[in-house]
Amino acid sequence: MKNCDLVIIGGGPAGLAAAVAAHDAGVKDLVILEREPTLGGILNQCIHNGFGLHTFKEELTGPEYAARFEQMAYDRNLNYKLGSTVINVTKDRVVTYVSEEEGLQKISAKAVILTCGCRERPRGAINIPGARAAGIFSAGTAQKLVNIQGLMPGKEVVILGSGDIGLIMARRMTFEGAKVKAVVELMPYSSGLNRNIVQCLNDFNIPLKFSHTVVDIKATDGRVSSVVIAQVDDKLRPIMETAEEIACDTLLLSVGLLPENELASYADVEISPITNGAIVDDRMMTSVEGIFECGNVLHVHDLVDYVSEESAHAGRCAASYILSQNSKVTGYVPTVGTNGVRYVVPQKIAKNDSVEPISLRMRVGNVYKNVEIAVLLDGEKVASRKKQIVTPGEMETIVLNSEIVAKVKIGKQLEVTLNVGGTK
Amino acid sequence: MKELICINCPLGCRMNVDDSNIEDIKVTGNTCLRGVKYAVSEVTAPKRMVTSSVPVTGSSVSRVSVKTTNPVPKEKIFDVLKLIKKVHAKAPVAIGTVLYPNICDGVDLVATSGATKLD
Amino acid sequence: MYDVLIVGAGVVGSAVARELSRYSLSVAVVEKEYDVAMGTSKANSGIVHAGFDAKTGTNKAIYNVLGARMYPKLAEELDFPYRENGALVLCFEESGRGKLNELLEQGKRNGVSGLSILDGDEVRAMEPNVSDKVVAALYAQTSAIVSPYEMTVALAENACDNGVEFLLGQKVSHIKKSKLGFDVKLSDRTVSAKVVVNCAGVYADELYNGLTGRQQIKIVPRKGEYCLLDKKCGSLTDKTLFQLPSNMGKGVLVAPTTHGNIIVGPSANDVSDKDDIDTTMEALNSVFDTAMLSVPTLSRRNIITQFAGLRAHSEGGDFIIGESDVANFYNVAGIESPGLTAAPAIAVDVAEEIAARLNADKKPNFNPTRRGIPCFAKMSDSEREQLIAKNPLYGKIVCRCENVTEGEIVDSIRRPLGATDLDGVKRRTRAGMGRCQMGFCTPRIMEILARELNVDATKITKYGKGSHVVLGRTE
Repeated sequence: MKNCDLVIIGGGPAGLAAAVAAHDAGVKDLVILEREPTLGGILNQCIHNGFGLHTFKEELTGPEYAARFEQMAYDRNLNYKLGSTVINVTKDRVVTYVSEEEGLQKISAKAVILTCGCRERPRGAINIPGARAAGIFSAGTAQKLVNIQGLMPGKEVVILGSGDIGLIMARRMTFEGAKVKAVVELMPYSSGLNRNIVQCLNDFNIPLKFSHTVVDIKATDGRVSSVVIAQVDDKLRPIMETAEEIACDTLLLSVGLLPENELASYADVEISPITNGAIVDDRMMTSVEGIFECGNVLHVHDLVDYVSEESAHAGRCAASYILSQNSKVTGYVPTVGTNGVRYVVPQKIAKNDSVEPISLRMRVGNVYKNVEIAVLLDGEKVASRKKQIVTPGEMETIVLNSEIVAKVKIGKQLEVTLNVGGTK
Repeated sequence: MKELICINCPLGCRMNVDDSNIEDIKVTGNTCLRGVKYAVSEVTAPKRMVTSSVPVTGSSVSRVSVKTTNPVPKEKIFDVLKLIKKVHAKAPVAIGTVLYPNICDGVDLVATSGATKLD
Repeated sequence: MYDVLIVGAGVVGSAVARELSRYSLSVAVVEKEYDVAMGTSKANSGIVHAGFDAKTGTNKAIYNVLGARMYPKLAEELDFPYRENGALVLCFEESGRGKLNELLEQGKRNGVSGLSILDGDEVRAMEPNVSDKVVAALYAQTSAIVSPYEMTVALAENACDNGVEFLLGQKVSHIKKSKLGFDVKLSDRTVSAKVVVNCAGVYADELYNGLTGRQQIKIVPRKGEYCLLDKKCGSLTDKTLFQLPSNMGKGVLVAPTTHGNIIVGPSANDVSDKDDIDTTMEALNSVFDTAMLSVPTLSRRNIITQFAGLRAHSEGGDFIIGESDVANFYNVAGIESPGLTAAPAIAVDVAEEIAARLNADKKPNFNPTRRGIPCFAKMSDSEREQLIAKNPLYGKIVCRCENVTEGEIVDSIRRPLGATDLDGVKRRTRAGMGRCQMGFCTPRIMEILARELNVDATKITKYGKGSHVVLGRTE
């Protein structure tokens, strides 16, 4: 068994940012394990633009954004292994991986950062009835087929779900000559960006049907031949009288992303039932000593820039853990979301001598207008932000400065809450 | 009269744009000034970036992704896509390699992913 | 001219084929689909029933018990997933105890061993997630679980190894009696055989009635819908949990699969279309709600997929086995539950009878064993190391949810009767069976299939003709 200070599982945007930051913070003995034959993760297939406005102050495509971080890794001569799939992580941080070149290897690490990303919710998880035929893809699978392999999933398309991947694929399929007949969204609002609704749907007159869902899939000779859509009531139950059949050969699903926490669970990492990611403290450390988590495996982000930022922080914290730069953690202060705040990450603040500013990231459970997001320390407002609108699709961040962090003491509680309809 | 959804923030204001007098475009329904600016550009000269991917030979990857270096007029998107269909890249390709100079109104088509040459 | 032509490559047809391959006979199997196990055999509960359920003296009872006893050896010879996990028939009302005892007595009469009645607390001591409402249960120690499609593949592969010819993608359009036997018109050819064995599942009535010109048997396709739960729920129950039939209905089962998922189902709805395996919202909801009576903590959130299969229910209610009114035409029809359990035993009897009729001797060189595809996910690390050292493709994981390697996928394609489509790879290797349901591995498996079969990626299908995964290239 080999030894290593830091093993980073995943060479996508999160893994790269974490590795670069850990290196810059003084950890030179590190390795990135990536299962694909290239670094960059899912960004490689996200060939549309709109990435990097926060990080690089310019609009890049996915592969370009990834390349910037890959270059940083090359510049630092970081150690990485491609085609290497991690099959186990233990709670004492032994990482087992396999590859064609190296066979099965085990590394004992001082710290592990999990940056395994997320996967798409499949058809089965949302119980769409009907034929089990060819022509049903998750949007990301279709994206890979089109952009990386040059294969056309279909010619006449219906898309269920108006998340950004679904919207982006509506335009992409249109660009490749397909007819996108409708985008169907269960909720009365889209979780995608307005910009994507305008530039991916409206530009091409693709109808977006809110409060609708797919209630049946029909097939001929093993391939999708039509889908039946129907409006849903306020409890999201289909109103069958409104059913409408749309002829198509393809159904793309963009119905949500789920963090890939199988490795975390092997290591007995405690998982949040709300985010489906690990429960972490402000250092991005999970419930298991020395195992950190960041990026989409922790909670699904809407902008890669935030993934990079969060992961760089995780990398720095892993480094200071490895190098024992902070005093021992003496206890934890929980952070909770209330009154519409669906979750807050990190879920707790680890108390030691550090008073570094802390970013609280959160999502709300519904669309609210004219709200104040307030952070209360034992009921006392210590930070707040006013927003004209908050939506479930958009992650919000509030930074607690050092002064506030110093006031966060064991026994207290941090609450993030929404004051709706003007401010208190 | 045109209806637009503002793309500047999640608010997504539904704006009505009166462009009967192109010298004096009137915008209603916006919440902030960014909305007006967006609406005026959308009714006068809407532009879009075009991204796609093209086949590449002589590399371990079969395609490289591409983009226009600047936004092109919205109505020319499909003309640009037609020209992109003609592009067949040859490895090596680096990010930024011009694959179709002046594909539209002085805008180039460049690679956004690389392809190293196979030995 | 073949000695024997078997129509249908489900578990019954494949088992009959394997048994016949013990004899010096030329045997062929025709199958309308492009792979084996494409009908009922791929979509059922995967239970090897102990044998208390069927009425004593019926074919169902006799072959159930005989078949169940054959499984341990068969699973070892043919290397398919099988586990004796035991079953509980849950009784929710005191008034049901009588019925429970009847089942116990019937089981004893049928020759089932290892049956006992447990009270509610004993049941919950065995399976802590079982509902508090359970007052008693019949415990059947010998009940087991099996992967029905992997078993069918194994039977067919072994038959193939022993000389049976498989004609896939060949639908029987016409069958008629000839001087020497039968002429059977297929999709692109006509074949003849001395003996025909009808293992056509839900189509068995059409085949037989088509030959005789009379409505002699009737098979009703009875749709059963299932949900499959994520492996993380795998510990919800180790035993197969049945519900005691009551005036509320026949009940549904909650059981582990041989790969550690939880299966919930089936519904039971007679349908008119013999190809209708669409899933429906109503059936899935009712199945899940009913299953929650057994295990209240079941959560819809953990469903990873649903599927439906058609059971071949004969109007008479019992299995139809043996030579028909037409000499040398054998029916093995109406093989609904416990058909999977019974299939190996039915096959032995049918093959013996046919061999006697054709005066065939046993082949000295029959090879009863078949090597399965090595399952990387179930190996120890040292076994993995050795395997990758031998073949580096076992170090390349393609399906990340089920940890299936490129080595296994290549093996599944290259072996006799190998996979030729995505679903074929999936059933043989589990690539795509996991929680992402082929989201990540579809493009990779398409590439591997295209490379191994030397065809363009656009020709790759989900399950044969017409079910093309993609519709061309972007150019």
